[in-house]
Amino acid sequence: MNAPVINPFIIFFASIITSNMVLSNFLGMCSFISVSNEFKTASGLGKSVTLVMVFTTIINYVVYKFIILPLNLEYLRYVIFIIVIAASVQIIELVMDRYLPDLHIKLGIFLPLITVNCAILGISLFMVIRNYNFWQTLLFGLGSGLGWWLAIATLAAIKEKIGKNKIPEGLKGPGLTFIITGLMALAFIGLSGIFVIK
Amino acid sequence: MEILITIISVSGIATLLAILIVLADKFLNNYGQCNISINDGDKKLVVQGGQSLLSSLGEQKIYIPSACGGKATCGLCKVKVINGAGPLLPTEEPFLTKQERLDGVRLSCQVKIKNDISIVIPEEYFSIKQYKATVMKITDKTHDIKEFSFRLDDPNTIDFKAGQYMQIETKPYGKIKEKAIRAYSISSSPSDKNHIELIVRRVQGGVCTTYMHDYLKVGDQVTLTGPQGDFYRRDDSQSYIFMAGGSGLAPIKSIVMDIIEKKLDKEMYFFFGAVTKKDLYYIDYFTQLEKDYPKFHYIPALSGPLPEDNWKGEVGLVTNVMLQHIKDGSTMHAYLCGSPGMINACINVLTGVSFREEKIFYDKF
Repeated sequence: MNAPVINPFIIFFASIITSNMVLSNFLGMCSFISVSNEFKTASGLGKSVTLVMVFTTIINYVVYKFIILPLNLEYLRYVIFIIVIAASVQIIELVMDRYLPDLHIKLGIFLPLITVNCAILGISLFMVIRNYNFWQTLLFGLGSGLGWWLAIATLAAIKEKIGKNKIPEGLKGPGLTFIITGLMALAFIGLSGIFVIK
Repeated sequence: MEILITIISVSGIATLLAILIVLADKFLNNYGQCNISINDGDKKLVVQGGQSLLSSLGEQKIYIPSACGGKATCGLCKVKVINGAGPLLPTEEPFLTKQERLDGVRLSCQVKIKNDISIVIPEEYFSIKQYKATVMKITDKTHDIKEFSFRLDDPNTIDFKAGQYMQIETKPYGKIKEKAIRAYSISSSPSDKNHIELIVRRVQGGVCTTYMHDYLKVGDQVTLTGPQGDFYRRDDSQSYIFMAGGSGLAPIKSIVMDIIEKKLDKEMYFFFGAVTKKDLYYIDYFTQLEKDYPKFHYIPALSGPLPEDNWKGEVGLVTNVMLQHIKDGSTMHAYLCGSPGMINACINVLTGVSFREEKIFYDKF
């Protein structure tokens, strides 16, 4: 692992746009497709995902560095990451309910849903594979969250606009969603000339 | 060794997280003691905060009607909140009309008690209790209707108004893994304070009716909650008409028994609608009542009698049959119990013969 350390800010912007979790890695697709009918709801889910992503990546980073690596438990990282994510979501929900009740009312119903969002686990696994340090991980988590939010909010906005028109029967629902998603992915990846992370 | 380390570390992490969640729940979800003030301070309760309003009230033996067990899917547990409930949640929105939102109506299963709260609930909710009861008798009334007789064990007496209903809680059976709660009208007289009877018609694929028809046996223990509902007799009239179909007979039978037992001098017409003779039940009972009490009139009507029924009574829709007997309803009360379709048709016809809309009471199911 002697690759040069990538500037965390490059990771941040790349994970929002060119290495967008959902548009270039196809992670978090299920909620991306199903909860994107209304802009307001989609945006709410996006915010919650961002929040949970940042927290769980930080916690998973700590767990990875201080428990998994020293104990040689690499092969157990999937199980451990999933347990950590599930537990953190629960705790985040309790904290929010107590100290940020307004936010909890807006995002509360999405939080349990996010536990099983694969993008969240994906971030933790990428962080391991790409051997990120703390700052890289933090900005990677934040960037990916914002990127996911941007993608689902854009999709929902487009769907809301298109929904006002006459749509051929066969394209209604997932069909159209996938076409829009594809076009969005093209547009996002079109910026790879600027920065890209692998 | 390696196996041991694996097991210890994975369970260690899980335990640690579990402890964290328990601690978080204990400290963050602890809102201390909160006061619930009911009906402008008529009743004051002190409860531990952090739970839903529905379950906190339930612990204090105030049972708000609820069929889904606090999952925000039935929309029955509506309660008017004066203050202290926080903003409306997205989970409640589908169940509340614009007017209800303005009035501060909330779903009590979604309102979490975090501070002192003041609410308004109808007086009759205070008499709602949870009963342990035993099935004493199950009688086939028609091919798809059974009558269930329960003895109340704990508490062992009930006060209800004739026409009200009870909720019964089913246990998991067969492929159904969850409890269900459904409401059925009481068909017995309020004077029998230790027993109640429910009449249940089988609904194809119905969770609760299948349970009651196929799984419930004599001697089984059940949980009943009630009495509930505002379908009961108002006293300010001298003559009543009752119209029912199917298991809608239940509350009407209770009301009629109540009037007769109390020796009230009221004129009563009971129109019972069915398709063929095999859908009729309690014929002998009501025919006998008609002979014994000149002011009680029993008029069963069949809309499609079969030749073998040998039917000599009224033929036609119950609404048309009613019109032949009642010409002016301006001083009468009407009590209707049956399917929404039947009730809507009845209301139309009744208002046509001068029944006042506010004097038509009904129970749709």
